[in-house]
Amino acid sequence: MQQHSSPWVRRLLIGLTAVFLILFLAVPLIFVLVQSFSRGLGVYLSAITDTFALQALALTLVTVLIAVAVNTIFGLFAAWNLTRYRYFGYKIVNTFIDLPLSVSPVIAGLIFLLTFGRASPIYPLLTAAGVRVVYAIPGIVLATIFVTFPYVSRELIPVLDARGTDEEEAAALMGASGPVIFRRITFPHIKWALLYGVVLCSARALGEFGAVAVLSGRLRGRTLTLPLYIESLYQEYSYAPAFAVSSILVVLAIVILVARAAVEHKGDKRGEL
Amino acid sequence: MAVTKRRSPIESPDGTKKFLTATSVIPGFGLSTGVTLTMLSLVVLIPLASILWSSSELTVADFFATIARRRVLMSFWVSIETALIASLINMVMGLIMAWVLVRYEFPGKRLLDGMIELPFALPTVVAGMALTSLTANTGLIGGALEAVGIGAPAYTRAGIVIAMIFVGIPFVARSIQPVLEKLDRRAEEAAFILGASPWQIFRRVIFPEIRPAMLVGFGLAFARSLGEYGSVVFIAGNKPFQTEIAPLLIMSELQEYDYASATAIALVMLILAFLILFAMNLIQSQAAKRVGER
Repeated sequence: MQQHSSPWVRRLLIGLTAVFLILFLAVPLIFVLVQSFSRGLGVYLSAITDTFALQALALTLVTVLIAVAVNTIFGLFAAWNLTRYRYFGYKIVNTFIDLPLSVSPVIAGLIFLLTFGRASPIYPLLTAAGVRVVYAIPGIVLATIFVTFPYVSRELIPVLDARGTDEEEAAALMGASGPVIFRRITFPHIKWALLYGVVLCSARALGEFGAVAVLSGRLRGRTLTLPLYIESLYQEYSYAPAFAVSSILVVLAIVILVARAAVEHKGDKRGEL
Repeated sequence: MAVTKRRSPIESPDGTKKFLTATSVIPGFGLSTGVTLTMLSLVVLIPLASILWSSSELTVADFFATIARRRVLMSFWVSIETALIASLINMVMGLIMAWVLVRYEFPGKRLLDGMIELPFALPTVVAGMALTSLTANTGLIGGALEAVGIGAPAYTRAGIVIAMIFVGIPFVARSIQPVLEKLDRRAEEAAFILGASPWQIFRRVIFPEIRPAMLVGFGLAFARSLGEYGSVVFIAGNKPFQTEIAPLLIMSELQEYDYASATAIALVMLILAFLILFAMNLIQSQAAKRVGER
């Protein structure tokens, strides 16, 4: 279609968009990379191969892995449940799933502190069983699961809603069992959306800070995730090492964005996103 | 699981929905409902309920005494003020970005489009550190602003707004883009032929269609900014009464093991967040109704 708007409006709007995005997104990104090498390659390498940095990275990866696994299982069941059946209360369930998106990360941390911490009624039981949740790794994992809880289901629900239930019903009437229907009919349609959800979920889990900050005991090498470790470096004015470790996360963020674009492109071509 | 007499998979014949009873031939209702509700309860509902349970230990007088402290009230005000400014800027920029990315073709478009989601992918601490260093008076941008007499934004409310703009960038654009893409261009062409100016076409034909999406995006950005912690923690400077936002105050209460105060402040923030969520649901259901009427 022809453009109604005059060329200078067009130029102005494109210019505004470019300046805004470059100023707010590209400049900080490049700044992190520049700063991380500001003290030379030696400082950079020693910062990212520091034992504490590697331990933080390991804890972060384990946390991400568990959170993504749990939320993928949940996402698949919840998306199936909320799009294939209509029952009293399904809308409420749908709203509840999205709650973590509107809860401040700090509050997300606080609720697990209240549930499992010293003030909790189950605290004596946990102590008796020798389980430490708060200021330990289980708390970090739980908080991460909470903040990323809706990420997979939210990507699947629109796709399943748009597909409708005709094919699954036909299969069910012909006697296919639930797992067969899911594997042969549903899954092929949602695999790109699922991958997209997993990518988003990993990204958020990787970078989670507020919730984890409340529940981490901040023991270096024990309960510091990568973002917390970076914060502790920054607080000590070790700027170059802080940015060096950050550059790992920046590179991961770029990988995630590229993966996201690739997944979306693939899904788009097949009309499945 | 019960398979009752069915007409459509969505509604039972009399149009009612029965409690935990689905009207579908597709198997797996019991299992999927069980897993969904169990995990939802364990991860979200029970932990969230702990805040209600904990705050019920506070007397009403205690609760209000905590909330009415000047430092607490100021933190709410700073939070709301900065989140509101940031989300309004994001709303306007999000509208422009969505428009540019859907309607115009230009070199570098895909790159800009891909960049928008960076705030989702980049850990907030990293963003916060970079923005703080850039906008401090020793930084590239902060130094320049100081030199022209505006002053460095870091450690002021302007700094908080900048961090909140960063985290809220994707919401409005990503909310409007799909709506704008699906918009029927024939209405615009008709308006054009009838002699409407481009601005009139935008205001009278296009804008009413994208307004719900814009408001929902605004709500999401506002809710996110209100609760933001990681990117704000460095740039805010955390001066009580001036640059201390509510999540930072909750954190400092927790560091002093004052769980009661932290819970009371968190409860107010939660109520605020739920009100935003409720408003957005209202907007969405009204927009759906509008589409349904056609």
